[in-house]
Amino acid sequence: MADGITRDEVAHLARLARLAVTDEELDTFAGQLDVILQSVARVQEVAAEDIPPTSHAVLLTNVLRPDTVRPSLAPDQVLAMAPAAEDGRFRVPRILDEEA
Amino acid sequence: MSAAELTRLPAAGIAAVVASGEVSAVEVAQAHLDRISAVDSQVHAFLHVDADGALAAAKAVDDKRAAGEPLGPLAGVPLALKDVIVTKGIPTTCGSKILQGWVPPYDATVTARLKDAGIVILGKVNMDEFAMGSSTENSAYGPTRNPWDLSRVPGGSSGGSSASVAAFEAPLAIGTDTGGSTRQPAAATGVVGHKPTYGGVSRYGLVAFSSSLDQAGPLARTVLDAALLHEAIGGHDPLDSTSIDVPVPALAAAARTGATGDLDGLRVGVVRELGGEGYEAGVLESFQQAVALLKELGAEITEVSCPHFDYALPAYYLITPSECSSNLARFDAVRYGLRVGDDGARALEEVMSLTRDAGFGPEVKRRIILGTYALSSGYYDAYYGQAQKVRTLISRDFAVAYERCDVLVSPTSPFVAFKIGERTADPLAMYASDLCTLPASLAGVPAISVPCGLSTAPGSATPLPVGLQIMAPALADDRCYRVAAAVEAALDARRGHPFPTDAPELGHTQ
Repeated sequence: MADGITRDEVAHLARLARLAVTDEELDTFAGQLDVILQSVARVQEVAAEDIPPTSHAVLLTNVLRPDTVRPSLAPDQVLAMAPAAEDGRFRVPRILDEEA
Repeated sequence: MSAAELTRLPAAGIAAVVASGEVSAVEVAQAHLDRISAVDSQVHAFLHVDADGALAAAKAVDDKRAAGEPLGPLAGVPLALKDVIVTKGIPTTCGSKILQGWVPPYDATVTARLKDAGIVILGKVNMDEFAMGSSTENSAYGPTRNPWDLSRVPGGSSGGSSASVAAFEAPLAIGTDTGGSTRQPAAATGVVGHKPTYGGVSRYGLVAFSSSLDQAGPLARTVLDAALLHEAIGGHDPLDSTSIDVPVPALAAAARTGATGDLDGLRVGVVRELGGEGYEAGVLESFQQAVALLKELGAEITEVSCPHFDYALPAYYLITPSECSSNLARFDAVRYGLRVGDDGARALEEVMSLTRDAGFGPEVKRRIILGTYALSSGYYDAYYGQAQKVRTLISRDFAVAYERCDVLVSPTSPFVAFKIGERTADPLAMYASDLCTLPASLAGVPAISVPCGLSTAPGSATPLPVGLQIMAPALADDRCYRVAAAVEAALDARRGHPFPTDAPELGHTQ
């Protein structure tokens, strides 16, 4: 396991997370994230092999609701806050490359 | 009753004079709106003031009373709502540029319940962006200032909530707490803040940061007011799959019982791991005095050890970045919020990346990147998986301690409110604000902060509030209110007046 995080790794993670970070941001984040990661890596000091993980603090069973039709938001309400809408739909930038 | 007197009344007092007809709810709302106009340029708690909505809601309460209809226990009481709770027709930004100008098409369950209770929502208050932070400095709209010392932070992430209550702009506020974000700002500003048992208050319409931890809770200037507000918003909600389907305990009754000052036989555990190195001397001194007070009130004090609490901070800063990296993926520049760089040539992915870089602040980006790392194939078990196991161990420490104790106590934060800008360059120094509040968050148990004294920061002469944290087992929120009310009543009696009135007067500027 890596015991640090490099500037290149941060750049890769930012791409995965769809964050177009600037070079200056990369410089700052790489240093800070390395320090933070080394600090949080302390969780590995705990011997917990046979310990079950907790993902929710209170035990819950699956919850179902009756399968009945309910009113939903009207299309104009949904589109009212969209960055761009056209013909009653969300307008999005192209999703395929020109070559595709 | 003068406007100044109205803004100094606790919520229960306001509800009483409105119910009796001595004062109208409209007069109460106007008095608070005027107070906001007079002091918020200094405090900067509010991101949006909804004067028309507040006055209309107040008038509805007055009309109801005139028609002889019964009023709820907080009808006509003004409230400041953290800007992470969605409000139909009223902007909700989460303190982020990516949601600037977003007007939600629906009400959160918390919002709907406040309205049903006749509570008058004055507006939306500032916060660290998406609730990530401990000082409200991470808001895209500028920091909120602490009414006790305007050069200092009001805590966070619910700093607009805490500051508005401490500055007498509102008697009540809703905050949200993921790792301490109602308790720590309450402590920093000398007010009461409670984090309910996880699942006790609906998360429907609470914009998600870390879904397994986020929990809305009350802030107020008295323990009873906080209990009344908790009762108004709490309880099962079928719209939130993690909502607990059990009745809310009698919280206001517990606060009233506590205020009689009798804690005879109550078993109080002092957590050894939440003190010592890294804690300000004045904070520890104030905490020790609070423990001595609990003993005087009849409590039995024991020291307990919860060894895995030492790992709460690293576990928290793995779990929350992981969950936020997933939750904040919804801000994709398609359905709502900001869109940057859509010039007709760029592809969606590029527009999305440019938008997210322009719309999120540095702390949010740091956490998204860290979470993306912790969830990556090959690192998952070592980081996120291990953090979730630590969470189990912290819950077990609580379970062992609660075999011997009814409640556990600690300082709410290791230090008093710090200077604006003092910790922004060092994320770990900022994260230390939440050392004491994280264990209860990770275990999902309830915890309250109640003012217990004043202390000065090193190198400063300004007295600043210190909070006492009281933690109880899951679903036993009533114990938090009972013990907090006993401490509050005893300290008020000694001091001769309520704690928040010690805050310096804010100059009135327009």
